[in-house]
Amino acid sequence: MIGIQPADPRPVEIVGDLSGLPASANGARNVVWWGNIGFMLIEGTGFALAIAAYLYLATQAPHWPPPGDAVPGLLWSSIFTVGLLLSAIPNLWVRRRALAKDSRGVRAGVLAMSIIGALLLIPRAIEFSHLGVKWYTDGYGSVLWLLLVLHTSHVITDLGDTVVQAVWLFTHEIGEDQFADVEDNANYWTFVVVTWLPVFAVIHGVPRLT
Amino acid sequence: MMKRLPVGVLLALAGCSGVQSPLAPSGREADALFSLFGLMMVVCGAVYVLVMVGLGWSLWRVYRRRTVAADSVSISDRTLDRGVWIAAGIIIVGLTTLIIGSFIADRAMFRARGRDAMLVRVTGHQWWWRIQYRDPATGSWIETANELHLPVGGTTRMSLGSADVIHSFWVPNVAGKLDMIPGRRNLLDLTPRREGWFRGQCAEFCGLQHAHMALDVKVESPAAFNAWLAAQARPAMTPGNGIAARGASLFAGSCAACHVVGGTTAHGRAGPDLTHVATRRSIAAGTLAMTRNNLQGWIAQPQAIKPGTSMPAVPMNPTDINAVAAYLEGLK
Amino acid sequence: MKAPADRRLQLEQTWSDKPGLWGFLTTVDHKRIAARYIVTAMLLMFLAGMLALDMRWQLSVPENTRMTPQLFNESFSLHGSTMLFLVSVPLMEALGLWLVPLMLGQRNMAFPRLSAFSFWLYLGGVMTLWVAHALDITPDLGWFEYPPLSGPSYSPGHRADIWAQMITFTEVAALAASVNIAVTILKMRPPGMTLARMPVFLWAQLISSLMTILSMPAIMLVTSMLIADRMVSTHFFAPAGGGDVLLFQHLFWFFGHPEVYIIFIPATGFVSQIVETFSRRPLFGHSVVVLAIMAIGALAFGLWVHHMFAVGLPRLGNNFYTAASMAIALPAGLQIFCWIATMWSGRPWLATPMLWVIGFIATFVIGGLSGIMTASAALDLQLTDTYFIVAHFHYVLIGGAIFPLFGAFCYWYPKATGRLMSERWGRWAFVLIVGGFNLGFFPMHFLGLMGMPRRVYTYPPGMGWDLLNQVATAGSAISVLGGLVFVGNALWSFWRGEHAGSDPWRGSTLEWAGLSPTPPYNLAYTPAVTSLTPMWNGGDPLRAYDGIALERREVLITSVADAAPLYRQRSASASVWPFLSAIAVTAMFLGSIFTPWAVAIGSVPIAAALIGWFWPQRERTMTGLLRKRR
Ligand code: HEA
Ligand code: HEA
Ligand code: HEC
Ligand code: CUA
Ligand SMILES: [Cu+2]
Repeated sequence: MIGIQPADPRPVEIVGDLSGLPASANGARNVVWWGNIGFMLIEGTGFALAIAAYLYLATQAPHWPPPGDAVPGLLWSSIFTVGLLLSAIPNLWVRRRALAKDSRGVRAGVLAMSIIGALLLIPRAIEFSHLGVKWYTDGYGSVLWLLLVLHTSHVITDLGDTVVQAVWLFTHEIGEDQFADVEDNANYWTFVVVTWLPVFAVIHGVPRLT
Repeated sequence: MMKRLPVGVLLALAGCSGVQSPLAPSGREADALFSLFGLMMVVCGAVYVLVMVGLGWSLWRVYRRRTVAADSVSISDRTLDRGVWIAAGIIIVGLTTLIIGSFIADRAMFRARGRDAMLVRVTGHQWWWRIQYRDPATGSWIETANELHLPVGGTTRMSLGSADVIHSFWVPNVAGKLDMIPGRRNLLDLTPRREGWFRGQCAEFCGLQHAHMALDVKVESPAAFNAWLAAQARPAMTPGNGIAARGASLFAGSCAACHVVGGTTAHGRAGPDLTHVATRRSIAAGTLAMTRNNLQGWIAQPQAIKPGTSMPAVPMNPTDINAVAAYLEGLK
Repeated sequence: MKAPADRRLQLEQTWSDKPGLWGFLTTVDHKRIAARYIVTAMLLMFLAGMLALDMRWQLSVPENTRMTPQLFNESFSLHGSTMLFLVSVPLMEALGLWLVPLMLGQRNMAFPRLSAFSFWLYLGGVMTLWVAHALDITPDLGWFEYPPLSGPSYSPGHRADIWAQMITFTEVAALAASVNIAVTILKMRPPGMTLARMPVFLWAQLISSLMTILSMPAIMLVTSMLIADRMVSTHFFAPAGGGDVLLFQHLFWFFGHPEVYIIFIPATGFVSQIVETFSRRPLFGHSVVVLAIMAIGALAFGLWVHHMFAVGLPRLGNNFYTAASMAIALPAGLQIFCWIATMWSGRPWLATPMLWVIGFIATFVIGGLSGIMTASAALDLQLTDTYFIVAHFHYVLIGGAIFPLFGAFCYWYPKATGRLMSERWGRWAFVLIVGGFNLGFFPMHFLGLMGMPRRVYTYPPGMGWDLLNQVATAGSAISVLGGLVFVGNALWSFWRGEHAGSDPWRGSTLEWAGLSPTPPYNLAYTPAVTSLTPMWNGGDPLRAYDGIALERREVLITSVADAAPLYRQRSASASVWPFLSAIAVTAMFLGSIFTPWAVAIGSVPIAAALIGWFWPQRERTMTGLLRKRR
């Protein structure tokens, strides 16, 4: 029974030709778009769990924030939030330019997003200094810093990505795949914006409401 | 009774009625769990037999086909589809039985909650147990270590905590285990139903000597228990003869920083209370039997007997050690 | 159209790696990468098995002094961590990495370089743990390290950091592999392989990848918090500082429980394929099995508290988790039913892969049932942290995952090597391993019921545990012997085995359509799928499409639901960047054991390597501000 098959694979009958298919695609048709979704899912889960950890510690503690800790400063955090929300507009515009395969628009947009991202780091840095506690003060401080560091690392990563992309776009001939890359990067920035909102709500809302 | 039958067989098979075994229940909580275990064995045993019969039969067909030649049993997918529903039905009935059984056992265990039981505070340390009884009369705490006494028939409420890492309090013949967690106190009720000596053991990995963190448990009549508790509340005996008195002064010099001996100047809190250490059955959390020899060995080289223990070897010559041991032996 | 022989030659040229070391370091061939994973993991299984044997030796008599408590604690920690993080999970992924493109009739994974990166990072994790072991910085607190014991006060030194960082490595590697596998399955199915026509193996890989994506962030988070507590004085788990020790356990088991199904579900995929092929009929109840896998995957996220029944959570909650845990028996039981029904109504052929399936059912069900017992919050108070649990998880892990894995190894070995393994030695290995395993681990149920806690390096005489421990040791030794026979057989057959031909078992799925051993390009054509068992179309020729490029690396992308062809995607060529990136990440992870600054400094080389990796190769621009000027 074993081994009676010929060494050759199964004979094949050709039923069609795929060479007429396009060589790229954008949006959800593209594989890389799905890879991007995969990584957003991973990091989104990370955010959700970090927020869950925050809420868990809040429910275990008799006072939140613990006596002696100030609530985090709202001013710079709000400036950052407004800036981040506003950055969604140029970001969506870049994405649209990428879908329209507009080289000039994409170059200008990615450059603009690099500058906006860098500018946003300023209120973010000041926000850190107005948190009111250090990470080593107590469990409250630890988990607050955790959320902020987690989000900031995403801002920095995407900013780095955008800058590198800008350099490349200005120095090279842009092809189909690069438009898809720009689109993916813009989607990722949207993700960075969206994940901030629950974090913002939790770190400012929970200490003030309890 | 019926549902205990397979467990009885099992018991006989392994010959396992031990002083540290859920299969020899001697308390209300352990009884409830033992019955639940019996129910589990019946349901799961039946399920396993069913699965193996199915598997065996389908393989038997292979063998038979070889001998009988033609495939005589053929079964349609329609019939198998019905089989899926039957299987699902059987599983659901089985699971429902087990879930209800589990809930009932859970309720049975916690029935005494709310009644006022005697309170005992047990605190886990790496790697021994601090035990404090609340004197019902005075409300003060009577401290001892590594040996728990319980009155038979009554419910004692253990308030479990930890001084360092997570430990778990487990006296299987009497009840299931419950963790001792720093920063929290867990309550566990014990209602022993049979007198005798039992053994408990720390069940949560707590570091190097997790294996040597045992607990002697004596269940006795309420009268005997009360007498014991009253004796524990008294200060330590003063040493009579010369050698023990010498031991006492050595102890006050070398050991008092870590150990309490009631009525003396020794009130270190790092180690177990030794006020009535000689009444205990074993030393170092069940590691050694309580004998003069073992006491000497323990004082001379605790690190050899229980590597990593927090008790250091205090430099002393053998005569001194003998004296200290004699003193401790007198602490009844 | 080219003649078939020219076609092969051209494809061979396009998809081959460079020879020698450079080719080794730069390859993105999913088969080579998967083979590395498998060889590394088997080696580790052997090493961790030796540790287990040593532990069994220590426990065979009371108050044995063969091992110091320190050595024993290191042994079970290394054994458990290796077996779960470095053996089981990677092996399951490796089989996915190796088989998914083959079963899809594709030429590579969706993200070929990510596969390579994943392996190199996994290797980094392996080296972290085992080189540290050689340097005597072995983790010694078990495969889960609860604080405060693992916190800064009770575990000075770097043992706990090594453990936490090893996890970070392997989880990043596993996450990368999972995204890769999930996207490949969703977007690269051959035309006609709609979701309804996907073999169970692919479903199993898809679901376990999704579970990985949704659960592993929890452990990355919790080990990072632990490291922060140890290094930068945060107080996540310190009750005195307003933290909470149980937070660690919740987060750990939110990952830890799905983890065991991440190991088990791919195994159900192997079993389904083997049962189908060797019963010589399409799997009975395909949709029941797939729905069961989905149900297990979904339920798995609601069970984590059953590892924490003894910590004193509210009883109502515990009872909820009891019911939810037991509910898993329904999908698990229906799967078992479908496999038995397939054998029952088919014509089973008891070759070695099928023997392993039989061993799997007989053994796994015992483990599943003991799981049901411990799922009772009440009864678990007697069972948890005893040898009953040790018995439970070895029955499900070895019986439920390793046995199917051995079966899968025998089943796909001819595809990978072009040779058959010896059936005779295969049967010997089977009998020794399954027999030895059951002899060794069944007594552990009794040990647990007689009160023996787990993770004890010794026990006093007179507890009645001596004989059962000796039997356990003997059984384990027999199964290790069987393991050696198994590996010996695999090695011997590699050079001396009978030639297998392309399809020795007459398998049902597409991996059997190509040559064995599989050439670098896998299949010469893109298959067209019209059924669940595309290789069983009554001996007719395989229907296929032409048109995917031969002279450059290209793969077909199709739509998610109905696998309609969408476009042709360029497939990444060999590259050294994944290797360099993994080295950069390794350096950063290792450095961060010693100083938090490593994270900042280490991110520079990582960024450089990633830029090198993703830098697109295109012409300098002729337009715009920075256009190339003459
Ligand atoms: C492959 C790995 C794997 C698998 C598949 C399982 C499967 C199951 N496990 Fe297990 N488990 C582990 C690996 C696994 N486990 C590990 C590693 C640990 C220990 C971690 C540690 O502490 O170190 C553990 C620990 C563990 C605990 C914690 C114990 C404790 O620490 O106190 C519990 C408690 O509920 C549990 C339950 C279950 C259940 C209910 C299943 C179910 O999925 C089983 C379902 C299957 C069946 C039930 C059999 C088939 C069904 C039928 C034939 C139908 C009929 C059945 C009935 C009517 C009952 N497991
Ligand atoms: C898949 C996972 C897996 C596997 C396969 C095993 C296999 C074995 N395990 Fe393990 N075990 C765990 C996972 C696993 N274990 C976990 C998670 C723990 C908990 C740790 C903790 O508490 O933290 C544990 C704990 C554990 C304990 C409890 C320790 C304690 O609590 O004190 C014991 C004790 O007997 C034990 C024994 C064994 C034995 C004898 C085997 C034997 O089956 C081993 C036999 C070996 C083989 C079958 C391998 C043969 C070799 C090959 C096939 C490859 C050869 C390759 C080459 C030569 C290149 N294990
Ligand atoms: C640094 C603290 C320390 C010093 C000093 C110390 N001990 Fe201890 N002792 C301990 C600790 C901690 C234990 C519990 C050890 C264990 O079981 O792991 C212990 C246990 C004991 C026990 C067993 C108690 C029991 O209930 O099982 C005895 C007896 C004892 N010590 C006697 C002595 C004597 C005598 C000396 C002086 C020579 C001494 N100890 C000095 C800390 C100390
Ligand atoms: Cu205390 Cu284990
Ligand atoms: Cu679980």
